[in-house]
Amino acid sequence: MSAPALIGLFLFVAMPLFGGVYWSFTNKRLISPLPTEYIGFQNYQNLLGLLVVRVAPEIDEATGQIQMNLEGNPVYPRTRTVIRGDPAYKGYRYWFTADILGQRYVVIARDPTFLRSLINTFLFVLVIVPGQGGLALIMALLVNQRLRGRYVFRTIYFSPVVTSMAVLAIVWTFLYNPDQGLINRFLSAITFGRLQPDWLVSADSALLAIIILSAWQAAGFQMIIFLAGLQGIPQSLYEAAQIDGGNTWQQFRHVTIPQLRNTTIFVIISTTILAFRLFTQVDVMTKGGPQDATVTVVFHAVDTGFRQQKIGYGSAVTVLFFIIVVSIALMQRKLLRSDIELE
Amino acid sequence: MAAVELSSLHKPERKQRSRRRSLTLIIDYSIMIALAAFFLFPIVFMVVSSFKPEKVIFDDLKTIVWAFIPREITFENFSSVFRRVPFGQFMFNSTFIVLATVSAGLVVNSMIAFALARLRWKGKTLVLSLVIALSIVPLDAIVVPLLVLVNEFPWIDGSIGWLDSLHVQIVPFIADAFSIFLFYQFFIGIPRDFDEAAYIDGGSPFAIYRRIIVPLSRPVFATVAILQALFLWSSYLWPLLATRGEASRPLTVGITSFYGQDVKWAQILAFASMITIPVLILFLLFQKWFVQSVAASGLKG
Repeated sequence: MSAPALIGLFLFVAMPLFGGVYWSFTNKRLISPLPTEYIGFQNYQNLLGLLVVRVAPEIDEATGQIQMNLEGNPVYPRTRTVIRGDPAYKGYRYWFTADILGQRYVVIARDPTFLRSLINTFLFVLVIVPGQGGLALIMALLVNQRLRGRYVFRTIYFSPVVTSMAVLAIVWTFLYNPDQGLINRFLSAITFGRLQPDWLVSADSALLAIIILSAWQAAGFQMIIFLAGLQGIPQSLYEAAQIDGGNTWQQFRHVTIPQLRNTTIFVIISTTILAFRLFTQVDVMTKGGPQDATVTVVFHAVDTGFRQQKIGYGSAVTVLFFIIVVSIALMQRKLLRSDIELE
Repeated sequence: MAAVELSSLHKPERKQRSRRRSLTLIIDYSIMIALAAFFLFPIVFMVVSSFKPEKVIFDDLKTIVWAFIPREITFENFSSVFRRVPFGQFMFNSTFIVLATVSAGLVVNSMIAFALARLRWKGKTLVLSLVIALSIVPLDAIVVPLLVLVNEFPWIDGSIGWLDSLHVQIVPFIADAFSIFLFYQFFIGIPRDFDEAAYIDGGSPFAIYRRIIVPLSRPVFATVAILQALFLWSSYLWPLLATRGEASRPLTVGITSFYGQDVKWAQILAFASMITIPVLILFLLFQKWFVQSVAASGLKG
C-alpha cells in the first residue's frame, strides 16, 4: 500500500535532490557538445567569490602628489583597470564601492547578482515575516470578537489567498503604474500629490512594492491559523483574568500572547519558508530588476539553470537555497521544541 | 459574574464604561472596514474594469471613484481574449491537472499514511522519518534537476521525455510528503478498537482502510484536497519551465505569456477576471471547508 507514494517520492523528490547535489559539482549544461565534467567546488566558488580591494588614488607622475579632481577629491583608477591589474581578480566583477575613513574600497564578486539575491531574499523575509504576521494577528483578533458581520470580514480578508499569485501580480503591476495606476492616484489624492513613489520602476521601491503585494495576498492564510489558535484558548482563562481584575490589554498580554505561542512559532516558520521561495511575483513583475533590486535566490536559480541552461551552476544555487531553508526550519523547530519542554 | 459586578457600579461609572465600549466598537469597525477596502479594491477594480473599453478604464482612473463603477458595459474584452488565446484549452488544462493530481494524491497518500499509522511492518519507523524529512524539501529547491530528470523519463506511449505535456504537471506531484503527514496525524487518532473488531471478522488491511478508515476520515480528505488544489491551481514556476506550447499550458502561464506579448490592459483584466471569478465562487460556496482546511494545516506544528 505504501509503494505508489514511495516510488513517487523517490523519483520526484529524492532523486532530483541528490541529482542536484551531484550536478552542482559538475559543469553540466542542458544542451552542450562538451561532456559533463567534475569540477569540484568551482560552482560554489563562483557563487560566493567575494573580495574587498583597497584602491590607492592616482599619483601624478610629474609631481608625485595625489591627483585631485575639480571638487578637490582624490582621483581613483577605474574599477575595470583595478580588476585587470591583478591576475588574482580574474573572473570578478564590480559589485559596489565603499569609502571608509578616507579610504576607497571596491567590493568585487564573481557573481554579484547571486550575492544581491541573497541580500534581497533575506531582506524580504525579515520584513514580511513580522509585517504579514502582525497584520494577520490583528485581523484574527478583530474577527474573533463577537461582532456583527465578522464572517463577512473574514471572507473578504481571506479571498486573495484563493486567487493565483501569477494573476494578481499582473493586476498589481497595473495598480502600481507610477503615472496612471490606481495606487498613486489614491496616494496623490490624500497627500495632495506629495507622495508618488515609482514602485516597480525604481530600484529603491521595487522590493517594497513586491512585499506589499505578497503580504496582501497571503495575510488571510495566517489570519485563519491565528484564529484557530485564538479559538483554542480556554474561555476559563479569560474569566479567571477578569475575576482578578485584568483589563483588556492585561488579558491580551497575560493570556492571549502566552497561549498563542505555539501558533505564533508555527506561523513564523511557515511564513519564513514560503518567503524564501519568492519567485512568481518577481518573474511576472520585474524579472529581477531594476538593477537587480528584486532578484531572489530562486529567481537566480531559474535564470542560470533554466534560461541560461547552466544546469550545474543552477543546481549549486538550489543546493545553497536548500541548505539555508533547512537550517532555518531546523533552528526554528528546535526553538519550538525547547518551548514545549519549558512549559 | 459580570452582571453582579456591573450592578454594583455607580451610575456615572457605568455610563462612562458604555461610552468607552461604543468608542472601541467604532474603532474596531473602522479598522475592519479600512482593511476590507484594502483587501477588496484590487479584485473589484479588476472585475469592474474588465467590462470597460480600454480608453474608459484610463479615463476613469483619473477620478478614483469611477474606477469602481461600471458605467459603460462591454463584453468586447472577453471576446478578444477568446479570439487571441485558447482560453478554453487553458481552463481545461488547469482543471484537469488539479482534479487528476488531487484525486490520485488522495488515494496514494492516504494509503501510505494508513500503512504507517495502523499496520505493523519492518522499516516503518525509517520510512516515516524519511517522509517527514522529505516534507521540508521545497519544490523550488529541486526544479532545475527535476526538469533534467523528467526530460529523460520514458512515458507509457514509448516516447522519451515528459516535457510539454499534461502528465509532466500531474505525475510528479501526486505523492506529497506533507499530505501523507496530515493523513498520518489524523489516522493515528482513530481508536484501534474499530480495526481489531474487523480483523477478528477476517478483514484484510485493505478492507479496513476502505471500509473503516476512509469513511471516518472525511474531514482530513477534504483538508488535503483543498490545500493541494489551492497549491496546484496557483502553480506557476513548474509549468513555466516544463511547458512550451499552448496545448499543455495552465491558466497561470497562459495569462503571463499573454501579458508578455502585448499589453492591452482591458483584455488582460478580462482574462484575469475569468480566472479569478470561478475560484472565488467556489470559495464562497465551500467557505467553511476552506477555512477549516487552512486552520488544520496550522495545527500540525
